[in-house]
Amino acid sequence: MLSGGAILEARGIHKHFGHLHVLKGVDLVVAPRELVFIIGPSGSGKSTLLRCCNRLEEPSSGSVVVDGIDLLDRRTDINAARRRIGMVFQSFNLYPHMTALGNVSLALRRVLGRSREEAEEIAHAALRRVGLDEKANAYPLELSGGQQQRVAIARAIALEPRVMLFDEPTSALDPELVGGVLKVMRELRESGMTMVVVSHEMGFARAAADRVLFMDHGLVVEEGPPAQIFGEPRAERLRGFLRDLDRH
Amino acid sequence: MTNWEQFLFTFFNAKVMAAYLPKIIDGFFLTVWLALLIVLSGLALGLLLAVVRSFRIRPVNWLIVFLVDLFRALPPLVIIVLIYFGLPSVGLAPSGFVSTWLSLTFVLAAFAEEIFWAGILAVPKGQWEAARSTGMGFAQTLGWVVLPQAVRLTIPPLTNRTIAITKGTALGSVVAVAEILSQASAGVSFSSNPSPLTLGAIAYLVLFVPVVAFGRWVETRFAWKR
Repeated sequence: MLSGGAILEARGIHKHFGHLHVLKGVDLVVAPRELVFIIGPSGSGKSTLLRCCNRLEEPSSGSVVVDGIDLLDRRTDINAARRRIGMVFQSFNLYPHMTALGNVSLALRRVLGRSREEAEEIAHAALRRVGLDEKANAYPLELSGGQQQRVAIARAIALEPRVMLFDEPTSALDPELVGGVLKVMRELRESGMTMVVVSHEMGFARAAADRVLFMDHGLVVEEGPPAQIFGEPRAERLRGFLRDLDRH
Repeated sequence: MTNWEQFLFTFFNAKVMAAYLPKIIDGFFLTVWLALLIVLSGLALGLLLAVVRSFRIRPVNWLIVFLVDLFRALPPLVIIVLIYFGLPSVGLAPSGFVSTWLSLTFVLAAFAEEIFWAGILAVPKGQWEAARSTGMGFAQTLGWVVLPQAVRLTIPPLTNRTIAITKGTALGSVVAVAEILSQASAGVSFSSNPSPLTLGAIAYLVLFVPVVAFGRWVETRFAWKR
């Protein structure tokens, strides 16, 4: 893959938390319209890597370029750059004091400077895309976990990001609610969105991912198309990881 | 006179009460005005300090913490007396009203700052991250996402503290502020009968029972399940 055409290009990422060396030189290059899946045991650094990609976490060293913008350059307007990077969190993080519509339109108004009418029109369209426009006036507490996560996805896509980061988007959900969120993610992928997904949903990875990265102890151990990663895993640690998953 | 008549004559003397009622009413409105000023300026200053503190500029925060601890530690009466009797020596001569207003404003601001700050810290980190990830800046996130939640969390402790400090307006009687207590005790001295004090107590009830009820209403109105 030509790195020149990449939407997201993280190179040589190291991250230390005190004495803990969480990322030990990781590369993550994502091409337009690509869906990259990151799997690995907990504590392997996959969430930290994702959070380095919009600088919620400051890498100790390395470089992150998104849509041609060097995120780690001091002169970069980080808020302007983050608009191009949507993020979805494990715990949804909807604003509890605002309706679904308010959640989705807040950044449209305060960051993009849209008028109330424009912002709400875009927000309604985003909520329609996740199948929740009829819940526009509901507060987060009145929604199920799956619905909250779909509103959170709407909040991110309303800003028309160039790439979307998903940090374990279904891990906090009851099993029967996972399907709705994955369906929205699949539709998003079909619409051509570039996505990086940290998740344990191996079925989804097999069906939808272009490429799977297996991380362990702060390093990418193995990388390839899902058929290869799940069908013919080479690294012993990856085989062990997949065996443990099957057992559960 | 029976004991009961004696009691009524002493504490519910209609003639004395009628004579001093106008004074007590004057004191009532002065107390309302003073309390209103203290609540508005105290809460505003407290919120401002908490917002400044959230920018985490170290020397500024040391100063805020020092001042807040100072005004939480000193008895309000001591602050009133210091301002009223102390400031003239540096060329400023605040009236008793201004001294009381400033003192209780500082005390309320100190407590309110701590309460607002605790509220800001209580808002989950994920709320900051979600807002920042959409491109909102620090101040925008604070203003639109964090403070509305923090203020709601802090309403119960804040109403309690506000009521407690507002009742301190009675301390103004020490520095010749003609509020309720001051009018009542003047009436007691002139009439040699404690009935004006009864009136004063009633005036405080008329003022603060609605405030307490309002506080209760605000608490339920803004409480929301998490």
